[in-house]
Amino acid sequence: MKKVAMTGNVAVANAMRQINPDVCAAYPITPSTEIMQQFSTFVANGQVDTELVTVESEHSAMSACIGAAAAGGRVMNATSANGLALMWEMLYIAAGNRLPIVLSCVNRALSAPINIHCDHSDSMGARDSGWIQLYAENAQEAYDNTIQAVRIGEHPDLHLPVMSCMDGFIISHSIENLELLDDRQVGDFVGPYKGTAYPLLDLANPVTYGALHLQDYYIESRKQLHEAHKRAKNIVIEVGREYGKLSGRSYGLFETYKMDDAEIGIVALNSAAGTAKVVVDEFRAKGVKAGLLKPRLFRPFPYLEIADALKGLKALCVLDRADSFGAAGGPLFIEVRSALYDLPKRPVAINKIFGLGGRDLGLDDLRKVFEELVTLLDKGQAKSLYEYITVRE
Amino acid sequence: MSKPKGWKDLPEGGLIKEAGNAEKYNTGAWRSDRPIWIKENCIQCMFCWVFCPDAAITVDKNGERGEFDYLHCKGCGICALECPSKVKSIVMMSEAEGAKPDALEKAKAAALKMAEEKKAVKA
Repeated sequence: MKKVAMTGNVAVANAMRQINPDVCAAYPITPSTEIMQQFSTFVANGQVDTELVTVESEHSAMSACIGAAAAGGRVMNATSANGLALMWEMLYIAAGNRLPIVLSCVNRALSAPINIHCDHSDSMGARDSGWIQLYAENAQEAYDNTIQAVRIGEHPDLHLPVMSCMDGFIISHSIENLELLDDRQVGDFVGPYKGTAYPLLDLANPVTYGALHLQDYYIESRKQLHEAHKRAKNIVIEVGREYGKLSGRSYGLFETYKMDDAEIGIVALNSAAGTAKVVVDEFRAKGVKAGLLKPRLFRPFPYLEIADALKGLKALCVLDRADSFGAAGGPLFIEVRSALYDLPKRPVAINKIFGLGGRDLGLDDLRKVFEELVTLLDKGQAKSLYEYITVRE
Repeated sequence: MSKPKGWKDLPEGGLIKEAGNAEKYNTGAWRSDRPIWIKENCIQCMFCWVFCPDAAITVDKNGERGEFDYLHCKGCGICALECPSKVKSIVMMSEAEGAKPDALEKAKAAALKMAEEKKAVKA
């Protein structure tokens, strides 16, 4: 174990070096480019055994990953925003074929207007593709999630692709202190690849991937995927616990911060949760019972556990760094509010869309949100359910 | 075909673990045109066997062409188009007409008519 100072991207590239995948197919896009750029240095230096395939688009990158995973290899990749959008068709095929590919998604806003900075419109759009999605607050979590993603996706009860997300630029390009495990520790933790029992390169036992399923079999195949997602939750917990024994950093489905006796709370993904913790502390110092819940596993969404963790609140605000245009709220809000529905006594829930295209979320923005939640304690009725903050009128 | 599998028994991801099992799937069911083979006109050139995009031309142990495999023929008509005998030995008919008992007689008549028309054009 050693302490280092690295950007989020370099931390993820080092996780990949330690995992030593069989195949990576890469096509550069900001802000994920640095992951593969750094990783290609490891390939050139002979520090990994990986076959690095340089392709002509992200659609081809994911296609190459699918082929390599079906052939029987451990496969990784990285992308952002429009790159992920170009992979769209293949994301569903990776999940449908049950191939445990690990993809680092460095969250960036989708065009148009063209923008290279952080929001979650890319990975949120892919939330129904059948991939497992993990979110990270900082470089340490992005590194840790990358290593765990391999074990989660390849678990014999799952065989699912995993998208490991972190905030573009805010985390991907900021240098932070973090701890790297020893190479051997990571190698032992991920173990030999066993992501498919039927590799295409097993020539003595030929198989067909991706065959036609019409009215006769398609729905059975989708039901299998549905059931696999139901099993994922416990596997994420199991892997997170084992990783905790190894690293001293345990992981679960989500993190709670000062939630035990909280009356008001914020739910936020990724780096915004770090900012929110500071404001929670400020309000706690003033005697306000404030708390935070930061989901880590977004797909499958652990709705029962999240409802249970939020049930003591009187008012909460879900922060979404992506809009779901025309819906009843941002993607995270829709999930959280739906999770709360079955509680006998539900907290008042409001939604703020923030930070699109990398717009900064400052402490003052969050102070205003907590102040509004405090007023809701008396009023019980929000003036607006779903609105933008960090936006100019 | 055997009883279709439920989701619990289906191989993960709809994987097909057995090679060459397309034979068990009756893909000829959606054919709308049917080729009729006229044995007496056939010169055994095997063009139809070469050109068939499926494997719907059966061949016996002596290497001779036999009857169509109608469980897998999709009625594309390529065999009839490529058939080089002077009087065609493969004629396309609608599936409804081709399934009737008099189909072979009608096919023979159609083959002769086509040959005469071709001759007339040349003359």
